[in-house]
Amino acid sequence: MKNLKLFLITITIITMNSCDNDDPVATTGSIRFDFTHNWDGDNVTTDDFNIIQFTNANGDPMSVSKLRYLISNIFLHKADGSSIAIDGYLLVDLSTQSTFAFVSNIPFDTYTSISFTFGFNEADNTDGFYSDLNAASWNWPEMLGGGYHFMQLEGKYLDTTVEKPYAYHMGTARVSPGVFEANHFEISIDGFTHANDAVIEIKMNIAEWFKNPYTWDLEVYNTTLMPNYDAQILMNQNGDSVFSLGEVN
Amino acid sequence: MVVGFLFSSCGENEIVLPNTYEPTPLPLKIPPLFAEKILDPVIPFNNPQTVEGVALGRKLFYDPILSGDGSQSCSDCHAPENAFTDADRFSVGIDGDIGNRNSMPIFNQAWNYDENFFWDGRSFGLEGQALEPVKNPIEMHNTWVNAMASLQSHTDYPDLFFQAFGTSTIDSSLVTKAIAQFERTLISGNSRFDKHLLGTLTLTPQELNGFDIFMDETKGDCFHCHGNANNPLWTDNIFHNNGLDAVITDIGLGAVTGNPADNGKFKSPSIRNLQFTAPYMHDGRFATIDEVINHYSEGLQNSPTIDPLMKAIATGGVQLTNDEKEALKAFLLSLSDSEFINNPNFQNPN
Ligand code: HEC
Ligand code: HEC
Repeated sequence: MKNLKLFLITITIITMNSCDNDDPVATTGSIRFDFTHNWDGDNVTTDDFNIIQFTNANGDPMSVSKLRYLISNIFLHKADGSSIAIDGYLLVDLSTQSTFAFVSNIPFDTYTSISFTFGFNEADNTDGFYSDLNAASWNWPEMLGGGYHFMQLEGKYLDTTVEKPYAYHMGTARVSPGVFEANHFEISIDGFTHANDAVIEIKMNIAEWFKNPYTWDLEVYNTTLMPNYDAQILMNQNGDSVFSLGEVN
Repeated sequence: MVVGFLFSSCGENEIVLPNTYEPTPLPLKIPPLFAEKILDPVIPFNNPQTVEGVALGRKLFYDPILSGDGSQSCSDCHAPENAFTDADRFSVGIDGDIGNRNSMPIFNQAWNYDENFFWDGRSFGLEGQALEPVKNPIEMHNTWVNAMASLQSHTDYPDLFFQAFGTSTIDSSLVTKAIAQFERTLISGNSRFDKHLLGTLTLTPQELNGFDIFMDETKGDCFHCHGNANNPLWTDNIFHNNGLDAVITDIGLGAVTGNPADNGKFKSPSIRNLQFTAPYMHDGRFATIDEVINHYSEGLQNSPTIDPLMKAIATGGVQLTNDEKEALKAFLLSLSDSEFINNPNFQNPN
């Protein structure tokens, strides 16, 4: 497993080092996966952070002050059932503009769907294994099953007139002390036809985390959600509908 | 690394350097846990670590020659016995002026990946940071022109600069490079807790209990900002408002970014070496670790920019029992590294 951001560097070097001028007909091209964020269609960037300007499905005004999440193992699926595996992971972090993954040599073809894992699956979620994620303090406490966070979504919400904090942190679910349940999930979104070097937008509607199917009540689940089994499972269920395919260029 | 590769294309237009004096490379001594757990340290490609550069930086760090009246060195406010910070709440500059910020410890700085230095992150890079104290009127209150002249006319320095950089013409950029090289060698990674992780020492039950409190979201919940067993830096090097004041006077990061949402945010310090680094916080308001723990336990003050991770703000803090506080303190102290502060390579060479 490699960090997809580092992968970008490898590709650049290979391109720069090629000295021959032959120009064979390309059968593959690069893809940049761009993760963008919105609140029910309104674009969200760090400029929108810290302002109580969103209203969740439960009717509570709220803000976002941090959004980081981990995705891994992107697959491009074809109609015949075969697929291309893009091994690697990406820690999306709005505050550092780390919001895209670049991969090259993807065969030109028609892909019927894109899938990826939100978080790490059990095989990949090895405690302390990834030095870049450790350096980012992205770890999930051992007492909660270890490995890594899948998401940190933080901000404030208004309980009538009082501002209160929330920290929607997702990772391995603890059933009871010492008993853990994997909590990653698979996302599948529409496919596309790959005929040129492409930029593929993958959209996250942040509002969906609070909406569907469970109408999230921040008065019930606000902070200390990491050891809260019920909250972890609800996050998993609500996460199902947050991603969709955006523009393909 | 990337740059190096990019230049190697085709091998036709390679830059051939004249055969000049080369100082001796001196790789950093990276502790095993750092090598295993986290990314490599940041060393600017134009300032590699060398034996001669580090020795020169060390001499400069301890030499009052850089200050306006020759009375103050970096080490006056960054003393080895205090893990390279100042035991005074506010440091006194050469003119007797007192600042409003507590000095900061200097160790493991090469692993500050974002390279934002000072409590408010206003300096980029260690080399850039070292320009500041020399000309700061409430610190060493000199001009760089004057500091250069003093060094250039000194009996030893021109030679030492030649040995370190292949030129005896001294300028501020070479001074800061040498100091930064020395600072990058200040590595602390051999505390009792490190030894526990390496399996060479057994911590007391109280220390281990304290670590659990540190890691437990229902108890101390400190790990989101101050590292964990897989992050030997014990800081995220990110800026937060940890609830010190209801009315914020020193706006910290907000003054640097101009964004009111950053008001009252300061860089999380590493919790290594707390045994030596009192007083605590950007303004040194807490004299003891107990006061720090009481702050997080029941002293939090609400303000618009308080970090959501200061989650127990409604009840004033995470409400630890006395036993839990004692255990947390024992754990924090297990991150103190006396080998670091006593390392003979880090002491005053002058
Ligand atoms: C008069 C006391 C004083 C002197 C002299 C002094 N410093 Fe400092 N140093 C401070 C204070 C106070 C801060 C924190 C200031 C702030 O954040 O606004 C600081 C911060 C730093 C930091 C930032 C560390 C971090 O984690 O961001 C470094 C590095 C540093 N000093 C190096 C030096 C060097 C090198 C010298 C000599 C050239 C020096 N200092 C001289 C008081 C001093
Ligand atoms: C939201 C992030 C965050 C959390 C959570 C947090 N801290 Fe801090 N901590 C900070 C920041 C930021 C500072 C510096 C604040 C300042 O000086 O204005 C700090 C300062 C400290 C200091 C002073 C260090 C020094 O050198 O001055 C200690 C000790 C400390 N924290 C321990 C803890 C403990 C113990 C916990 C858990 C009970 C904890 N922190 C939770 C962000 C955090």
